[in-house]
Amino acid sequence: MLGTALGSHSTGQTTVTSLAVANPGSLIQSVDWVAIAPPLIAALAALAVLVTDLFLPARHKRWLGRLTAAALALAIVSLLPLIGGSPRATFCAQNVTGATDNAGCSYVADHFALVFQLLALGGALIAALLSAHTVEREELPGGEYWFLLLSSATGAALLPASRDLATLVIALEVASLPAFALVALRRDGRGAEAALKFFLSSVTATAVMLLGIGFVYAASGSLHLGAVATGLEHAPAQLKPLAEAGAVLTLAGFAFKVAAVPFHFWVPDTYTGAPLPVAGYLSVVGKAAGLAGLALVTTIAFRPYAHTWGLVLAVLAAVTMTVGNAGALRQRFDTRYSAVRLLAWSSVGQAGYLLVPLAAAGYAPTTTDPLGATAAYALIYGVVNLGAFGVVAAVGRRSEAGVDDFRGLFARRRWTALALAFFLLCLAGLPPGVIGLFGKVVVFRAAVDAGLGWLAVVMAVNVVVALYYYLRWTAVLFAPAPDAAPAEGAGERAATAPERRLPVSLTATLGLTASVAVVLSVAPQLVLQVVGGSLF
Amino acid sequence: MNAVLIALLVLPLLGAALTLAPVFGPDPAAADRRALRFGTVLTGAVLVLTVALAVGFDHDEPARMQATTDLAWIPAIGVRLHLGVDGVSLPLLVLTSLLTFLCALYSERRLPSGAGVPSARSFVGLFLLLEVGMLATFAVLDLVLFFLAFEIVLIPMYFLIARWGSGAKVPAANRFILYTLLGSAVMLLGFLLVGLKAGTFDMQALAAAHGSGLSHSTQVIAALAIMVGLAVKAPAWPLHSWLPDAHTAAPTVGSVLLAGVLLKMGTYGLVRVLLPVVPDGTTTLAPYLGAFAAVGIVYGSLACLALARTGAKGDLKRLIAYSSVGHMGFVLLGIASLTPVGVNGALFANIAHGLITGLLFFVVGALKDRYGTADLDTLAGATGAALYGRAPRLGALLAFAAVASLGLPGLAGFWGELLAMFGAFDPAEGLSRPAFVTYMVLAGLGTLLTAAYLLIVVRRVCMGDPKQPAPVAELADLRPYEAVSWTPLAALTLLAGLWPALLLGLSDPAVKHLLGGG
Repeated sequence: MLGTALGSHSTGQTTVTSLAVANPGSLIQSVDWVAIAPPLIAALAALAVLVTDLFLPARHKRWLGRLTAAALALAIVSLLPLIGGSPRATFCAQNVTGATDNAGCSYVADHFALVFQLLALGGALIAALLSAHTVEREELPGGEYWFLLLSSATGAALLPASRDLATLVIALEVASLPAFALVALRRDGRGAEAALKFFLSSVTATAVMLLGIGFVYAASGSLHLGAVATGLEHAPAQLKPLAEAGAVLTLAGFAFKVAAVPFHFWVPDTYTGAPLPVAGYLSVVGKAAGLAGLALVTTIAFRPYAHTWGLVLAVLAAVTMTVGNAGALRQRFDTRYSAVRLLAWSSVGQAGYLLVPLAAAGYAPTTTDPLGATAAYALIYGVVNLGAFGVVAAVGRRSEAGVDDFRGLFARRRWTALALAFFLLCLAGLPPGVIGLFGKVVVFRAAVDAGLGWLAVVMAVNVVVALYYYLRWTAVLFAPAPDAAPAEGAGERAATAPERRLPVSLTATLGLTASVAVVLSVAPQLVLQVVGGSLF
Repeated sequence: MNAVLIALLVLPLLGAALTLAPVFGPDPAAADRRALRFGTVLTGAVLVLTVALAVGFDHDEPARMQATTDLAWIPAIGVRLHLGVDGVSLPLLVLTSLLTFLCALYSERRLPSGAGVPSARSFVGLFLLLEVGMLATFAVLDLVLFFLAFEIVLIPMYFLIARWGSGAKVPAANRFILYTLLGSAVMLLGFLLVGLKAGTFDMQALAAAHGSGLSHSTQVIAALAIMVGLAVKAPAWPLHSWLPDAHTAAPTVGSVLLAGVLLKMGTYGLVRVLLPVVPDGTTTLAPYLGAFAAVGIVYGSLACLALARTGAKGDLKRLIAYSSVGHMGFVLLGIASLTPVGVNGALFANIAHGLITGLLFFVVGALKDRYGTADLDTLAGATGAALYGRAPRLGALLAFAAVASLGLPGLAGFWGELLAMFGAFDPAEGLSRPAFVTYMVLAGLGTLLTAAYLLIVVRRVCMGDPKQPAPVAELADLRPYEAVSWTPLAALTLLAGLWPALLLGLSDPAVKHLLGGG
């Protein structure tokens, strides 16, 4: 009894002493609000939308969409003060072992974070512009839709800046969980099935990742990425297998988010079941989030295992691009949903290209930071892929459009067809899509620089294979228009609405993405400057 | 001067962009006419600019880069807008703008039309874009830019074949673009390897370094990648299989530009990039290139002989396409010899092939228009198509082009192939003489076979009994627009044959400079 009391007493005392640090003021965090502004604005806007929805009469619901777009634009603007100067960090813990400058901080707004935040917020903004029409026409619940979109964007914007494993997982889940609901918002059987498939495989991946993170924490004794690297290096020999297993499991979780093979099966079904803007959002922002997480854990936390994950990622990249392109190649043009399915498979292939510089980063030292190539390619891909989804939304108005529904689009809608042709050629990486070509060039450059010649050759073959289906689709656009008696389904739309004007929001989206792509084609330096220096 | 060179590229680019704008009026037929006229005027202006460039070119110093522009474009990856011309690229620029102008002139009157063929506006837009790519290839001095220019031509040519072509046009166009893209992607890998190891993508800086700073293995790998990529375009046997289909399916102007300019981009790249930038690697690989070239010469002419036989159902366009494989074999052989003589011969043969084969494709295209087919058996009937009797001017032009193609002295085809064989007879140091002499003997055999099939073609198409029943009753002779667009080619063929120093004087100093001898 006394012993217990004494024991408890002594425990209490040790707790007190451990808390009594020399400088008590350091425990009170001074939060750098400017640094965390981008995700914060998105999060506040999400709440604002949800509350406003309660008080807004039904006829004014379209203002929710405008509010969302404005908030996302504001969040992008809030990135501006963070450019230049040294990286700003906040939520720092002073007592992390082996911490140098920002290594003990949970949130760092360095170049890497800014580039991927730009991608996440910009992608969400374009998706929001695309959605305005979809929400109205498909009668999706407005408040929920915009709230979920903003929440997911918050997670995606938080993720690239987070520098500890816990924040990383939370950010990833904040990005993913609303996405399940977004996919399910279309209340037909297909949407539910798509969401369920997406949910189940995603949750499995998260569980696997959490297990992996647990192992890594056990082996390294820290959650901060920089400290994990030090911890893994000095981990006792008997913990090595645990640490390695943890690393593999963590990577597997992120590979799912990027839709890398073999975690890609959910992609085509989820994309076809989701509302089109959501599919576009997932293909860009969802992928960007996964990619950023993968880049962070590999290049910072698992630095000691660079050669192992370098090789693993290289193989993963090769297999992913090959499987994705093969899937796209097998897609028949005359079936329903084939346009979105093709874009889905192509996005799997593109994920393979995006992984190439990450793999190259495992083969350091190279003359330049290969991550820049991933960031540049992701930005380019984000613009043109959302543009392509935009055109599909403009033409099919529903995700069930087949590629053959695009036949003769040039004769019906000249500029829409030209825009899609441009986006597809950018995705293929062939002039006049100059920016797509340079995107591929920087990825190739990273691979060659790292000595990954075989991967570069595999990618070259894949680029050629991919050109085939992109070009076939492009050729369909310029093919002679279908005859007076078109196939059923496609003909219905063509007959009832031959020259309907595009809704303003869709026109704005297409104009925005197309002009960004054209400007970048003329001045690739604007986006390729991220390749130049180090991102961290 | 440098403004001229920039205008040369910007003008057709702006023109291509303009065809997208609604500037040709609402009436489709009138808009098409205006668009075609616009294309002719613009390509004419480009031709004038090129001639101005050639006149302003300092002919005393053809080895020096002239009309240069050097601006930063993408500093992040070290890509510069570096343009310039020297004695190697100037003739090719002139050839390109001449052929495009003649093609534009020709298509104003003879553009394929009918159900499913797109409007002439799209044609002009693609055509001008094609011209940008072709001219840029010969004008840029940055490896990445060269790759970009190389790729620009693919999409326009794809659509020219796939939409304005005939026969199995879509598969042919697909094969063309996939094959060449694979080649150029591999070439890009070679460029990147060189650029990253040497620290610059600038062709002039790399040529000045002449391979110093690059290890032997790097050079061999880079040279292999670049060579394979360019050999697809050239095309070298056994990477040629896209060519016959593309040529056969393409419309007349497509075939002319394909044979006249696009193939040259491959051989030009070999001279401009491979020889000066990775000389050691090239020396290692040159014997293999020479071997493939020699096989290509014999293979091309044997394939032509087989097509020219009676009853072989040979397509004339296909035959000329195969003859291109043979002729480009000479060019490759000259390059592989790595001697100034051989490379000069190769460059000369390049231009000569552009002129002669351009003319041949024009004439055969006209025949195909008149007969509705280019099938040699159908044309010839039992005794021969008797063009001499039925359409004497057309027949004479075909015979002229055929004789020029087989290398009759006094015409353009002679010098290039002779010099290329000279080069192979005495190859550069470090190359096996017996091997190259063997190639030369094979090439000599090839010239005999070439003469054989071309004479068979002349006999079966130009000679014969004019009174025998023919597939077409009334055969129109040379039309005015045909005469206008073809005569310059015939005249230049004659000029280059009689006065080879005109071209060789330009290329020789530049070649010596590139080979590192001066």
